Amino acid sequence: MEMKTGLPTSPHYSIDHDPDDIWGDSRVAVNIGPTHPAMHGALRMVAKVNGETIEQSYCEFGFTHRAKEKLGENRTYHQFIVYTDRLNYCSALVNNVAYAMSVERLMGVSVPERCVWIRMIASEMARIIDHIVCLGIGAVDIGAFSFFLYGFHQREEAYTLIERLCGARLTTSYTRIGGLMGDAPAGWEDDVKAWVKKTRATLDEMDSLLTGNKIWLQRTVGVARFGKEDCLKYSFTGPCARAAGIDIDLRRDTPYMFYDKVEFDVPIAQNGDVFDRYLVRMEEIRQSLNIIQQCAERMRPGPVWSEDKRTRIPEKDLVHNTMEGLIHHFKFFMTGFDVPEGEAYTTVEAANGELGFYICSKGGPKAHRMRIRGPSIYHFQGLTPMTNGGMIADMVAGLGSINIIAGELDR
Amino acid sequence: MDINTPVSTIYGNSSEKYGEIWKKQVAELQAKFGTAIEEVRLPREWPVEVPVVYVRKESLIAVLDFLRTAPGFEYGFLADLTATDEEVHPRFEVVYQLLSHANMARFRVKARVAEGEEVPTATALWMAANWPEREVWDMFGISFSGHPHLRRILMDERWVGHPLRKDYPLRGYQIFPDTPAPKAELLDKGDR
Amino acid sequence: MSKDGSSVYFTTKLDDFVSFGRKHSLWPYPFGTSCCGIEMMATLASDYDMARFGAEAIRFSPKQADMLIVAGIVNTKMAPILRTVYEQMAEPKWVISMGACASSGGIFNVYSVTQGIDTIIPVDVYVPGCPPSPEGLIHGVMRLQEMIQEGNTRAQRREQAWKRLNLLSRGRSSSAEEIKQLGSTLE
Repeated sequence: MEMKTGLPTSPHYSIDHDPDDIWGDSRVAVNIGPTHPAMHGALRMVAKVNGETIEQSYCEFGFTHRAKEKLGENRTYHQFIVYTDRLNYCSALVNNVAYAMSVERLMGVSVPERCVWIRMIASEMARIIDHIVCLGIGAVDIGAFSFFLYGFHQREEAYTLIERLCGARLTTSYTRIGGLMGDAPAGWEDDVKAWVKKTRATLDEMDSLLTGNKIWLQRTVGVARFGKEDCLKYSFTGPCARAAGIDIDLRRDTPYMFYDKVEFDVPIAQNGDVFDRYLVRMEEIRQSLNIIQQCAERMRPGPVWSEDKRTRIPEKDLVHNTMEGLIHHFKFFMTGFDVPEGEAYTTVEAANGELGFYICSKGGPKAHRMRIRGPSIYHFQGLTPMTNGGMIADMVAGLGSINIIAGELDR
Repeated sequence: MDINTPVSTIYGNSSEKYGEIWKKQVAELQAKFGTAIEEVRLPREWPVEVPVVYVRKESLIAVLDFLRTAPGFEYGFLADLTATDEEVHPRFEVVYQLLSHANMARFRVKARVAEGEEVPTATALWMAANWPEREVWDMFGISFSGHPHLRRILMDERWVGHPLRKDYPLRGYQIFPDTPAPKAELLDKGDR
Repeated sequence: MSKDGSSVYFTTKLDDFVSFGRKHSLWPYPFGTSCCGIEMMATLASDYDMARFGAEAIRFSPKQADMLIVAGIVNTKMAPILRTVYEQMAEPKWVISMGACASSGGIFNVYSVTQGIDTIIPVDVYVPGCPPSPEGLIHGVMRLQEMIQEGNTRAQRREQAWKRLNLLSRGRSSSAEEIKQLGSTLE
């Protein structure tokens, strides 16, 4: 191949001696390896690159495989709650809520109203912080660092609220089967409303940084485009699908909890490129803030535990002072409660898409099969067709926009 | 109290909404496919929340294609593809979770597979089935005939054994001294 | 290091000065794999600024960083990669094992998880927590800074052991016994 630059050619600068040049021309195999700043978590992509253009690639993952499905068969339903936070760890509360709903469905347990409102607020807060991480890290990959810092400050405020609610910032383990770990502290709802107001203002600032920014538009419009038919073929859900025009949102179309009692819109875009996913996520943050506002206004004081004896962890004064309480507590934590035979696939609209738990129970305190349907695996599968033919920098932008979380990809 | 207990709806997709539709669809399916449908479990009678249809694996693709495209069914979205280890003969069940975007009804199709047998691949119907089938191969050892490139996905390619089988121990540790090199043949034709 | 555990080394003013410089310019290599990676990101963000400790220059290349923060799970699939990254880093290098999964396997005692990165690489500071809050990670970094000033990190003990080996061999050849004795302090 003739080099058309004005550089002097020398025998050392010959393509024939390049050991990566396995195809005998200018194409090289580039390993964009598991430890890489732009690989979110540990993902590997091997690309056949011609100059800057990716002609063909394949992806590998499994570098954070923690055998949660096998653990689901070896831990009681209550013990498994801690493993669910580590699925989509950017929005741990949604996973907790989804898991608790799945097991409650198998058992036929219904939870009181206040529990549902708090679960909804928790889910929406988790969705907001997940979108902030996705957009922030996507922006950092493309080069916009201040956007990340603005978002992360609001995220720290949200973490403070979550820490007041359940004691932990990131791995919350907040829900229990048939209820919650504990009620929200006094005054929490008002602080949540104040946070909502502040986040709306910050979001407007973040919006003004990027949405009309010419450089951002040049980097993201038309990049990693994945249209409607492709999204359906590859089973995309969530913001990535809605950015391509698929008008499906499980909160609105198969309403669960009290989503049919609150008003919110579902943003849809048409093109399915990185810019559309960015817009859809920004608008979803705004809609989630609306939902939190409505839930915080409609919450009333009340119990947060279902009184079903199978799932109700006895109160500490009963445990310490009565024999029945002590035995109940002991049996609950040592052997676990029995879930009746059956199977169910329960889905929620997590921040990334459809998060599903397919639990098969054969009676007994441990599941027979705990299948976790994480949306990231389907989205990651679409990365190769999305980015073939584009440049490496476009692949980086595309990967940031589909929000792969290694926890739910590898489980 | 179990899955069929009507509770205040904290989760969607209840069988009240789709009960009649499902009954009609299952009847039509049985009329069309006859003995290929081994068993049907409907929500009120069994502890399941959607109709579960057990299909003979030879007719699996025909049934899935019918469910995907026939008017009145249109379960065109593959929500999930997985397998379970039942420990009785036939040992495994491959599970397909389907969703219809038209009326948001769900469906489940299962195929019983004995050890060592192959299941036809669904990648011709949905491109999304590619990686979940690789995961089923990796975790259970069920191979899919016609899959473009069936290889391990979560575990290292040199791993011995299939972890999610019931006889594989929870701590069956294997460690390797190096990472496998990138594969040129996958870069030539892609792995679709 | 003498038998009673106290560090036997000649502290000159130069050593102190060099340690002072090193501890205030720790350039992290954030080896973030899972949940602890998010808390590490929060530590590097503006609220719990780690740039205060001279750790502004986050480099994802082993040749350009000296503090390897392993945040998150290290699998059997990831283990050879971690070992390669560690070996490519230039001396002196320090390792912080952040979180329960990196320190001991955490809540995942399963087939695919190494039960602690100290089965693969030597570690200076273990930060417990699942995930440790940013204050915990900062406490770990500050503890590492103390260790660097004392000369107590594994990298510095390696340095001292090699220096002693060289001093002994000047003028006469070291016996195999001496080398073996000193070699036991090397990792």
